Amino acid sequence: MVHKVLLLVGTKKGAFIVESDARRAEWSIRGPFCETWPINHVIGDPATGTIYAAGGNEWFGPAVWKSTDLGTTWTHSSAGLKYAEGETPIKAAWSLARAGNVLYAGVEPAGLFRSTDDGQSFEHVSGLRDHPSRSGWVPGAGGMILHSIVPHPTDPQQVWIAISTAGAFYTADGGHSWQPRNRGTRADFMPEDQRYPEFGQCVHSLVMSPGDGEWLYQQNHCGMYRSRDGGQQWESIEAGLPSSFGFPAAVHPRDPRTLFLVPLNGDIAGRFMPEGRTAVYRTRDAGDSWTALREGLPQQNAFFGVLRQALTTDPLSPAGVYFGTNTGQLYASGDEGDSWTCVTATLPPIYSVETLALPA
Amino acid sequence: MSEDVINSAAAPGPVPTVSVVLSQALISLFPGASMRVTVTAATVGEMIDALDARWPGMGDRLRDSQPSVRRHINIFCDGNRTQLATPLREGASVFVLTAVSGG
Repeated sequence: MVHKVLLLVGTKKGAFIVESDARRAEWSIRGPFCETWPINHVIGDPATGTIYAAGGNEWFGPAVWKSTDLGTTWTHSSAGLKYAEGETPIKAAWSLARAGNVLYAGVEPAGLFRSTDDGQSFEHVSGLRDHPSRSGWVPGAGGMILHSIVPHPTDPQQVWIAISTAGAFYTADGGHSWQPRNRGTRADFMPEDQRYPEFGQCVHSLVMSPGDGEWLYQQNHCGMYRSRDGGQQWESIEAGLPSSFGFPAAVHPRDPRTLFLVPLNGDIAGRFMPEGRTAVYRTRDAGDSWTALREGLPQQNAFFGVLRQALTTDPLSPAGVYFGTNTGQLYASGDEGDSWTCVTATLPPIYSVETLALPA
Repeated sequence: MSEDVINSAAAPGPVPTVSVVLSQALISLFPGASMRVTVTAATVGEMIDALDARWPGMGDRLRDSQPSVRRHINIFCDGNRTQLATPLREGASVFVLTAVSGG
């Protein structure tokens, strides 16, 4: 029985915790935490209540922060979070994922690290950067970042990751070897005869539906896609959406056919809400059809965007859906997106939103 | 703030003793850290090692994996910006500062 819902918000100026009871009608805000560092991602472990935050500071470099008391006190570490001498140093930790007793961290420049001591120290999962395609990885506008980490629900040896701009990769042996998983996704920024390369696509967000580890979705720089075989083959699901461009994607906690997206008006058109009207798009049939969800969302002059880790759901029933904007507004829905309220409009630019549901 | 004395485990022979002043932004990351500290270190790199031995993790905040002093950290000694290999003289005053940056 869920007693409390926490929204874990990463912003340009620290982490925030936004809290409600299970009704999700009234919210209180605590923060900024992490000494106001830019925080790219904040996650919570529902088994322990521990909160982890990934960030990087212009002065002090990258770190993964941790709180074991729901945000009251924090520690930080970057022990082992480094490449070999002479390589470009890590600028920031970007994305976190918990898989059993392993804490994964994705970083910029793109690479994957793993902690088996609850975030006290990290080791490089070097097999990914040893992949022969690496010399062809090209930074996108946001830099060369590993932003999506998707562990298999039951098999710790299997992990999917995504890098901008290198594409999606998959390991079945705990990170020793990796395979590109980009077949069927476009690279519109390449010459016409090279638009379906083996790697080099600009994945913006990669998510897995609940189930057996076979259903994946991705929001790409160039389209929205689904895969029903763990990313071996992708198919477009962008028909019915206002554009092929956006950043985040969020799955439903129980229904693998339900997905939420926030399409923006286009990659070189301003990257804000289409026509200045805010909408979250929901499919109930794995992307065959889409519904624009607008009730309670601003329908004029909405010239903001939603970044790649700033849309999420909670595990309650009906599921809550949440997103933060790059202008500091945080929106919440307690009815799977049918209606929305603005929780706050005065946070710093929001980089990420995740949920942590806690029992009584 | 109290003043701590840190004895470096550095190289054999006479090692300079230097006074270090840390920025408030840095010590905020390490509860219990002192703004003023005395260490024995022959170079700026050894000084960072000594600080890291006293407050584990402080080294990573000041030095990247190149290794170099982080781009937006300024370590001044005798009025000059230093690098890791810069030698320290006996009695020197070293200032660890955050550069103008951010947005």
